[in-house]
Amino acid sequence: MADLTLTGLSKVYPGGVRAVDDLDLSVVDGEFFALLGPSGCGKTTLLRTIAGLETPTTGRLSIGDRDVTGLSPGRRDVAMVFQDYALFPHMTVQDNIAYPLRIRGVGRAQRHDQAAQTAAGLSLSTLLERRPAELSGGQQQRAALARAIVSRPALFLFDEPLSNLDARLRLEARTFLKRLQRDLGVTTVFVTHDQAEALALADRIAVMEAGRIRQLGTPKQVFHRPANLFVASFIGSTPMNLLPGTVAGESVRIPGGAVRIPAAARGLVTDGDEVVFGVRPEYLTLSGEPAGGAIAGTVAIVEDLGTASLVSVEVGDVTVAVTVPEGAEPDIGADGWLTPAPGRALLYRAGAGDLIAAPAADAPAEPAAAP
Amino acid sequence: MTRLDPAVRRALARIGFYTFIAAITAFFALPMLWLVSAPFDATPGLTPSWPDFSLKNFRALRDNPYALRSLWNSVLIAGGSAVLAVVCGALAAYSLSRVRIPGRDGLLYVLLLLSSIVTGTAAMVPIFLLMFQLNLIDSRAGVVLVLTGGLLPAAIFILKDFMDATPRSYEESARVFGASPLQILRHIVVPIVRPGLATIAVWAVVNVWGNFLIPFILLLNPDKQPAAVVMRTFYTEGGQPNLALISTFSLAYSVPVVVMYLFVNRRYGFRFHGGIKS
Repeated sequence: MADLTLTGLSKVYPGGVRAVDDLDLSVVDGEFFALLGPSGCGKTTLLRTIAGLETPTTGRLSIGDRDVTGLSPGRRDVAMVFQDYALFPHMTVQDNIAYPLRIRGVGRAQRHDQAAQTAAGLSLSTLLERRPAELSGGQQQRAALARAIVSRPALFLFDEPLSNLDARLRLEARTFLKRLQRDLGVTTVFVTHDQAEALALADRIAVMEAGRIRQLGTPKQVFHRPANLFVASFIGSTPMNLLPGTVAGESVRIPGGAVRIPAAARGLVTDGDEVVFGVRPEYLTLSGEPAGGAIAGTVAIVEDLGTASLVSVEVGDVTVAVTVPEGAEPDIGADGWLTPAPGRALLYRAGAGDLIAAPAADAPAEPAAAP
Repeated sequence: MTRLDPAVRRALARIGFYTFIAAITAFFALPMLWLVSAPFDATPGLTPSWPDFSLKNFRALRDNPYALRSLWNSVLIAGGSAVLAVVCGALAAYSLSRVRIPGRDGLLYVLLLLSSIVTGTAAMVPIFLLMFQLNLIDSRAGVVLVLTGGLLPAAIFILKDFMDATPRSYEESARVFGASPLQILRHIVVPIVRPGLATIAVWAVVNVWGNFLIPFILLLNPDKQPAAVVMRTFYTEGGQPNLALISTFSLAYSVPVVVMYLFVNRRYGFRFHGGIKS
């Protein structure tokens, strides 16, 4: 059990690509921490640097109170689960799980004992004599987890832990993984490009772009108050509506009409400021009647999502998405008025893309306490 | 002339085809038949004939002072070259596969290109001089070194393909658990590329087993010469080929290679277990 601290960490590849750019980060003991970002944002490089598979160009890295910057991977007391699981194909499941103990010189009988115990905790007991190729995807993942757990590391590193599973199994494995991490209480850093996965699993999320952290916070903070346009457009299964506009008095003039300035941004903008008005489809209501402060448009597309429908409303020459509950789907071509839920709309500076809000409301994320 | 019924024509074509195949097969099968029948024939000739069954030819094999010893020499030289080629080839292929050095592919191609020359006729004189200066003339170790040198480029080239096909995440996974490079090689890489190593070993043995030129040039003492070289000395006092000895010796010379092939194929045959989900 330990916390993880990165100070001024950079990784520059030969050729000048800055995969990780002067990064400071601390992960507290027992935390489930997500590195989230699109492919190529440096999240995997960062994870591999923490594991010791890459050497940082500058900066320091410590686990617990040990500086591990110069240590080889094996001496860092970390365990990593690879995206492809990397179970050794020529060994049985039991030998695979026992492998970290074999490296430590634990006797055959004892390590097989410990492997069997760990495997039992992950319901792998009946599969011990099989080879990895004879396991299903979910079983392979559990075998890889067991191999990571058996060495009782201070830190778990998971590289895209769910991406190799099919959609249905992924949800099951997600719940399983979260429970497992909670039960073990081991500090865990995982990498994902799937924002839903990060929101569901993590205690805190670092959203990364081009080697930098664009926002650090709890899933709620990242979802409700994205700190900039990049995070705003990246987080959410249905992307946030981002409407460019101009401040005029108490409202923002957008292509299809005008909306009131969100409460948090009031007093922080002046007339004529170029801004982006952001609101999630889930926080808009669609009505067939005109209302004050509503955006008027025409229903263009209705997509059925099961318990709700995603409606695309054409407002001027932009399209605004809104979710409506089942049974309330509008007719295509009907006029509709969109009203943002109070306190859910956000305002960003055009250009820089920063959230316009009183700093007090955007307090730095409190690290989650260890369970 | 009346046209033939198409069915008849088809039948005739079949008959012609099989006759042709039979002739070709016979052409290649005759030496094999001789190899199997002559050793057991009381009066072996140069044509395969129904043997007048007898085992007395094998006595000639046992009594010849060089025959069995040369087979043992063959085993030593072929085994030594195979082990050396597999060990050095695997280490070189692993490094070349994992470490980026400038001009790596060029180096490999040049090596491969030159390998056919190194142990070929063109290099005979320089190799002889080299071995002479190294004081390795008339030494089986010298023969092993020269033959291994000839085998290595192709061995490295083939093994590098096997190494390249092994995902790095296996090794990285082991590294994170604290395995040393040698442990990674022993526990992970070698078992995974074992089919490749077996291929190279068999290929090396077969190559060396049948090599005449190099041991013929470098080994002077008949006590040290391998089977492929010694066979040319099997004449009777009258200057006639000693067919009794040659036939049994040929059989004894072929059997080890076939047995080795069957054994290796059974034990290390081509298989890959998988374990990376793709």
